Amino acid sequence: MSSFLNASVGRKFLVSISGLFLITFLAVHLAVNLFLLAGQEAYNMAAHFMATNPAIKIMEPALALGFLLHIVVSAYLTVTNQGTRPQKYSMVDQRKTSSWPSRNMFVLGLLILIFLALHLSNFWYKMKFGGVAYIEYDGVQVQDAYTLVTGKFVIWWYALIYVAGAVFLRLHLLHGFQSAFQTLGLSNQLWYKRLTVIGTVYALIIAAGFAIIPVWFLAGTFLN
Amino acid sequence: MDIKLKIWRQEGPKSEGSFVDYNLTGVSKDMSFLEMLDFLNKKLIENGDDPVVFEHDCREGICGSCALFINGRPHGPDDLVTTCELRMTKFNDGDTIVIEPWRAKSFPVIKDLVADRHAFDKIMEAGGFISVNTGSAPEANSIPVPREKADEAFDAAVCIGCGACVAACKNSSAMLFVAAKVSHLALLPQGRAESGKRARAMLAKMDELGFGSCTNTGACEAECPKGISLAHIARLNREFLKEGFRS
Ligand code: SF4
Ligand code: FES
Repeated sequence: MSSFLNASVGRKFLVSISGLFLITFLAVHLAVNLFLLAGQEAYNMAAHFMATNPAIKIMEPALALGFLLHIVVSAYLTVTNQGTRPQKYSMVDQRKTSSWPSRNMFVLGLLILIFLALHLSNFWYKMKFGGVAYIEYDGVQVQDAYTLVTGKFVIWWYALIYVAGAVFLRLHLLHGFQSAFQTLGLSNQLWYKRLTVIGTVYALIIAAGFAIIPVWFLAGTFLN
Repeated sequence: MDIKLKIWRQEGPKSEGSFVDYNLTGVSKDMSFLEMLDFLNKKLIENGDDPVVFEHDCREGICGSCALFINGRPHGPDDLVTTCELRMTKFNDGDTIVIEPWRAKSFPVIKDLVADRHAFDKIMEAGGFISVNTGSAPEANSIPVPREKADEAFDAAVCIGCGACVAACKNSSAMLFVAAKVSHLALLPQGRAESGKRARAMLAKMDELGFGSCTNTGACEAECPKGISLAHIARLNREFLKEGFRS
């Protein structure tokens, strides 16, 4: 056990599986969010389903753990890697040999973490610990999450922060997706190319999907 | 042609180094990069100065000793070549060439452009071998090896241990080197049996010696003079993980 977790590759394994878990979560999260575009009742019912579904309830702490593991272990590895070249090169040209996101995963992760803190305090905290009005559909009382969320997205700088968050996420996924499989050894010369393509498409879908929602509501204020 | 050189000079392992500028006139395009340095050293010696110390041996891309970081890239601006295979045709009259040693905590500079790469030997000693006595050369067909496996093992075996992968990596990780060695042996029947244990042992040594961990940026593959592929790192990870919690 210890020889596994003491090894850098063993620790990377933790970053990789937690990363893949978070990648899956993003797809579910986006799917629910897209109900926002379908209107108030559709979204509120979807949010209600997520908040009351026992399977989702179990996943919530797992998700928190996934985030924690991903952040703590990768931060640890990043710090360790900082010390491996005490004397820097006077001239180094990495632009042709590696991608910008691949070299800046920690910075991107940090930006996403800041976004996440803001995001959780805006929505998740309020939905979880009150402060959201209730609305009734067919005799069922549900939180009016729709009004809470769209109320924020019509503020231009809120919308901008959310679009920026989506951009950071895209860049993080651009490297992270392919990298997660590489670390698990699930890659070879052919699959490396395939995974890069799949990862690029996935990153774009996730980022565009999340970004389109605030843009949609903000645009709505101009059209009305 | 005339070349401006900025070369890292360092007295010894403990001393502070710095860049020294040299204007080298009369360089021929026909020279190899190392011949250009020989030419510089000849002039330095004639002037009673200390020649620049750099490593070289075979000068035909097979020994891996010529480790120079040239203009921001290991082995210089050309792809898939070692420093000794680099030609002065890649440079122009009036160019400035910055030459540094490999820089990594695990590769301390001994003098001028020479970095101590014994750490690679220590990684090899930790598991880069087959632990049974293989005796004299066996009859070629007694252990059949499928063609693709043999080819892939050979692709890994061409690693010359130059350390450009470490030099290029932002984390100074030795993953590509270790991957080449583990892959080479794991693909062949004689090495297969111990491959999980070998991956564990070599990686543990790599970590212990202060090399960084891999973040899959791919800089190593892009700079490796022998074109060792990232696919070998995936195999190394596989071998490591397959060993599970056994050791
Ligand atoms: S993997 Fe490539 S760059 Fe690294 S030591 Fe071997 S030949 Fe040199
Ligand atoms: S001197 Fe042997 S590889 Fe360059």
